[in-house]
Amino acid sequence: MKDILIEFYLYMKERKKYWLIPIIIMSLIFGGLIILSQGSAIAPFIYTVF
Amino acid sequence: MNIIGISAFYHDSAASLVVDGEIISAVQEERFTRVKNDKNFPTNSIKYILEENNLNIEDIDAFVFYEKPLLKFERLIETYLAFSPMGLKSFIKAIPLWIKEKLYQKEGIINEIKKTFHKKIDGKKIFFSEHHLSHAASAYYPSSFNEAIVLTLDGVGEFSSTVVYHAKDNRIDKVKELHFPHSLGLLYSAFTYFLGFQVNEGEYKVMGLAPYGNPKFKDLILKHLIDVKEDGSYQLNMKYFNYSIGLTMTNKKFQDLIGFEKREPKDKLLQNHMDLAASIQSVAEDIILKITRNLKQEYKINNLCLAGGVALNCVANGKILKEKIFENIWIQPAAGDAGGSLGAALAFYYLSENKIKEKKPIISFTPYLGPKFTNEKVKIELDNLKANYKYYEDEELFEFVSKKIMENKALGWFQGRMEFGPRALGARSILANAKSLDMQRDLNLKVKFRESFRPFAPAIMQEFSHSYFDFDENFESPYMLLVTKVKNNKNKTSDFVGFEKLKNIDTNIPAVTHVDYTARVQTVSKESNERFYSLLKKMNSEFDTPLVVNTSFNVNGEPIVCSVKDAFSCFMNTNLDFLVCENYILNKKDQFQ
Repeated sequence: MKDILIEFYLYMKERKKYWLIPIIIMSLIFGGLIILSQGSAIAPFIYTVF
Repeated sequence: MNIIGISAFYHDSAASLVVDGEIISAVQEERFTRVKNDKNFPTNSIKYILEENNLNIEDIDAFVFYEKPLLKFERLIETYLAFSPMGLKSFIKAIPLWIKEKLYQKEGIINEIKKTFHKKIDGKKIFFSEHHLSHAASAYYPSSFNEAIVLTLDGVGEFSSTVVYHAKDNRIDKVKELHFPHSLGLLYSAFTYFLGFQVNEGEYKVMGLAPYGNPKFKDLILKHLIDVKEDGSYQLNMKYFNYSIGLTMTNKKFQDLIGFEKREPKDKLLQNHMDLAASIQSVAEDIILKITRNLKQEYKINNLCLAGGVALNCVANGKILKEKIFENIWIQPAAGDAGGSLGAALAFYYLSENKIKEKKPIISFTPYLGPKFTNEKVKIELDNLKANYKYYEDEELFEFVSKKIMENKALGWFQGRMEFGPRALGARSILANAKSLDMQRDLNLKVKFRESFRPFAPAIMQEFSHSYFDFDENFESPYMLLVTKVKNNKNKTSDFVGFEKLKNIDTNIPAVTHVDYTARVQTVSKESNERFYSLLKKMNSEFDTPLVVNTSFNVNGEPIVCSVKDAFSCFMNTNLDFLVCENYILNKKDQFQ
């Protein structure tokens, strides 16, 4: 987890898109909650998502 | 320095090995797992690469993934944000998957390797290349050009869909790009989807279907769906597409505009479908020609390299060649995402600090980069399969095979190292008589079990290609990526429409002539594939026929065969008459069914 956060921080620093941070955090929390409630994350084929 | 390039987790996963800048091995995972376009981590491919080259996993200095997941995630978030609150359904499905599997790919790669090789590799050995840079590197470094314009066209990478690079002296510099959702690849895939074919797989079928139709919808497409500028840059009208945030490629508005319903895979192909295929193919060709003409005019460089999935559109490639826009063209045969694994490894090696100061080396490129089975291995495998076979020395083998081809028998041809990329180039091929009138239909229905409209390609001795096809003398097309006109055809005009056009083909090589009198040609030289060339030479000396039908050794929906076992299984389950594995020949009649 620590590695992921460090990598994210370095990434944001390089891309200088700090405005995305709260949106990404919210997305991660939201996504995490879906995983917890579903137990698995299986999605159909969505062309541009992958 | 040993570098493994990896493409995975989307479609067509693959691994490639580059040692000190030389391409050593490259293979797609689907060939081992037998799952078409397998997207899973290429464990079997890496295993093969290590075994083949007597390496251990610790001997690998760098693992380079072919794209940047964080950048892709950023695009995803920005797209959802731009379309918000639309796309909630897709968001709910996509984000958990990204969090679980895709976001932190470094750890994913470490875990996958640990699971297979029981060794934990250092995270510092894992690197990420950009998607389009990987494509560009896969085309530029293996080409013989020191300076070139590199054009990469595909569905979408991280943000880009079309990128132009200027490459010189080992450097590859991005000069311009177009961003998602505006994408020629996705536009073509949207029509593939609407025509009832599978996205990422059925694009070939659309291209093959196009000559049966008339481009009646071209004006409609150009008026409503895409705005194409003079320099070839374009913008899609996203009102008609659903792929940005939806779970389908097109929407209701698209259907209303076209004027008929989306075709389902099992529905009959009608004239309207053929006309639509012809229209999108024509639009795609126009755009690619505009882009390339503009690039030549702007940069005045004589060499063009192409990669990315759209570069597999051999009809469009043939038009660039025909117009002589560039003096030289080199197209990566594994132009799709599998080839990204090769490009990622090459980019990592050649774009490192010390290499960009050196002169670009000439890499001798061959697409034959996969597993090989020696005669000894073949015999063991065939014995295990309880197959009945006969050993032939080279000369008698070529004689026997050429005779059987001319007797209209269909043969599985399994020789040497397997090809990297979607084309069978004489290592894992089905061969047949190009002069036979019924061969196109028979091969499609009895051997390949696929749609009867699909054309077959010829493989021809290099020195005869200009006699049969509209190529300049000495022109090489070794990877079957260029479509050109068949010479000496009667080019009969008639009232035939749609699939009836098949009855109208009037050339001396009908099995490899498409209904528009074109062919996707592979030229074979002694240098490119010695055994295949020897066979063609024998066919020419014995039967005055220096060419054959060359189609991939597989059946519809399956990957091309990799091992002797795969080849035997395909041989037994189709109407192939003979199987030729290295120097062993199997006659179907001699096998226990």
